[in-house]
Amino acid sequence: MTDVAQIVADERLKKESFGARLMKRPELGAIAGVVLVTIFFLFTADSAMFTLSGIMNFMTPAAQLGILAIGAAMLMIGGEFDLSIGSMVAFAGLIFGSCVVTFGLPLLLAIPITFLFAALVGAVNGSIVLRTGLPSFIVTLAFLFVLRGVSLVGLKLATGGSTQLRGVRDAIEGDFLTPLFSGDAFSGVFAWLARIGVVETFKNGTPKVPGIPVEILWFIAIALAATYILLRTPYGNWIFAAGGDRNAASNSGVPVRRVKIALFMLTACCAALVAIITVMDSGSTDARRGFMKEFEAIIAAVIGGCLLTGGYGSAIGAFFGAIIFGMVVIGLSYTNFDQDWFQVFLGGMLLIAVLFNNYIRKRVTGER
Amino acid sequence: MGKPIIHMENIEKHFGNIIALAGVSFDVVPGECHCLLGDNGAGKSTFIKTMSGVHKPTKGSITLDGKPMNFDSPRDAMEAGIATVFQDLAMIPLMSVTRNFFMGREPTKGSGPFKRLDINTANEICVNSMREMGINLRGPDQAVGTLSGGERQTVAIARAVHFGAKVLILDEPTSALGVRQTSNVLATIDRVRKQGVGVVFITHNVRHSLAVGDRFTVLNRGKTLGTAARGEITAEELQDLMAGGQELASLEGSLGGTV
Repeated sequence: MTDVAQIVADERLKKESFGARLMKRPELGAIAGVVLVTIFFLFTADSAMFTLSGIMNFMTPAAQLGILAIGAAMLMIGGEFDLSIGSMVAFAGLIFGSCVVTFGLPLLLAIPITFLFAALVGAVNGSIVLRTGLPSFIVTLAFLFVLRGVSLVGLKLATGGSTQLRGVRDAIEGDFLTPLFSGDAFSGVFAWLARIGVVETFKNGTPKVPGIPVEILWFIAIALAATYILLRTPYGNWIFAAGGDRNAASNSGVPVRRVKIALFMLTACCAALVAIITVMDSGSTDARRGFMKEFEAIIAAVIGGCLLTGGYGSAIGAFFGAIIFGMVVIGLSYTNFDQDWFQVFLGGMLLIAVLFNNYIRKRVTGER
Repeated sequence: MGKPIIHMENIEKHFGNIIALAGVSFDVVPGECHCLLGDNGAGKSTFIKTMSGVHKPTKGSITLDGKPMNFDSPRDAMEAGIATVFQDLAMIPLMSVTRNFFMGREPTKGSGPFKRLDINTANEICVNSMREMGINLRGPDQAVGTLSGGERQTVAIARAVHFGAKVLILDEPTSALGVRQTSNVLATIDRVRKQGVGVVFITHNVRHSLAVGDRFTVLNRGKTLGTAARGEITAEELQDLMAGGQELASLEGSLGGTV
């Protein structure tokens, strides 16, 4: 490779500084955002925010949103939107809740069934979009309402009139798969760290942080897997290609339809995973679960560098985008600001991110 | 002249009641540049789409290396060695040159779940192929959007050649280019031809075709008006043929009786 690099050297070209190279990374904006938000809260928030338990506090909602955001980011890179993922969380919650409570199935069956239904709806979404050529924005907007409505009706059927289905915790207690989707991981390690004094303890000696909430581990694992797929596998190339230019991709032999439908299914499965984790965590499911999450996930993906036109973006960016969210949602409660500033922040952040992305895209393609 | 790689005999293509091609015969031998000329609506696009497997001919036969062929998809044609560089170039501006180069045919290493993109090999092949075509890339990760139109055309051609094209169909490669970029693309065509690839150069610019062409076939209203070899036909005659063949009768001699 080195000799290639030498031959390639072109005298008309200025040497690119490290900063300029960095500017071309799609996730730069999100990382800069994390730094800015951290600095902001270092000055304004109670110091408890950046203790280990404070970090776990904001990473938990960040992780729940982030799993959705990474799915949404992959789909956006592939050139499509899914506005139904928030409703999909409620729908998958209903499927999962009724599997374990109403039908008394073990997790070994309930979880695959939930994913199966989610993937099925994702495939339907994708097939309609691809077959009709309609914008995915409209098709999935329809499913936003359809799934929310079905979840409401279904919950009423399952519970005999209530919109909340309780009793999940009792139903899953003792199931060998439970620790994979709920509670804290590495509690042994944390207990040990507490004993040697690395982790703070309560007065009775139990550690203040009992472990890492499993959703954070899922979040990190999914971010890594998504990044690997995008950057280091042929499928990643196909996703970028399908989103960049559908015709060009399929003329070059990329199975665009298959890629897009798989992405719709993946996004729906991300929503189902969030549903499973949050339902097991709270012990119940309700029809408002995942409300407005589709927008937050898309905003996190955009903050993470995804272009609305597709073909560009990063899973790591969405990862940091979601962390910014978690930090602000939870962080504001550590400050004297009104919590509802969150919404203002959300809109502001989105606008800045889109402007920034637009600028970056022009840099990358060399447009002026 | 050698044996043709691809021979298309009496190709007809009907779309409903529209006859787009009404019996077109065409062949390409290795190492030649066969120009297909025609005005807009002459059927050039339909014809090359038939050759590249996008359309199935309604009538007529395609033989490749002497064997009858029946392409079901562009993929089939591609695998048989017929590569097409369409006008849109099938390039994605936001993606790097390497990623575009290998789009849909990525080199991998490892196996099973560890099968991954061999990005180093890909970069190396891409930079080398581009250098063979006379273009020094800034780097393999340079976005295609930063290349000029002629350079993009060259990437598309280099890609086709790398993936073993025996016949390279270029759909109006010079139509949107400036003078210097056009001459670069024509030089690239010459390079590719010397590697033994049969080039089908579609254009409606007589000058460009005469600059590199070995043989010239003119399409008009879905029919071939004949094939002429280099030196047998002048620019004016080609121009007249494209314009509608009104002067066909007076040209019959110079077309060598192939009408």
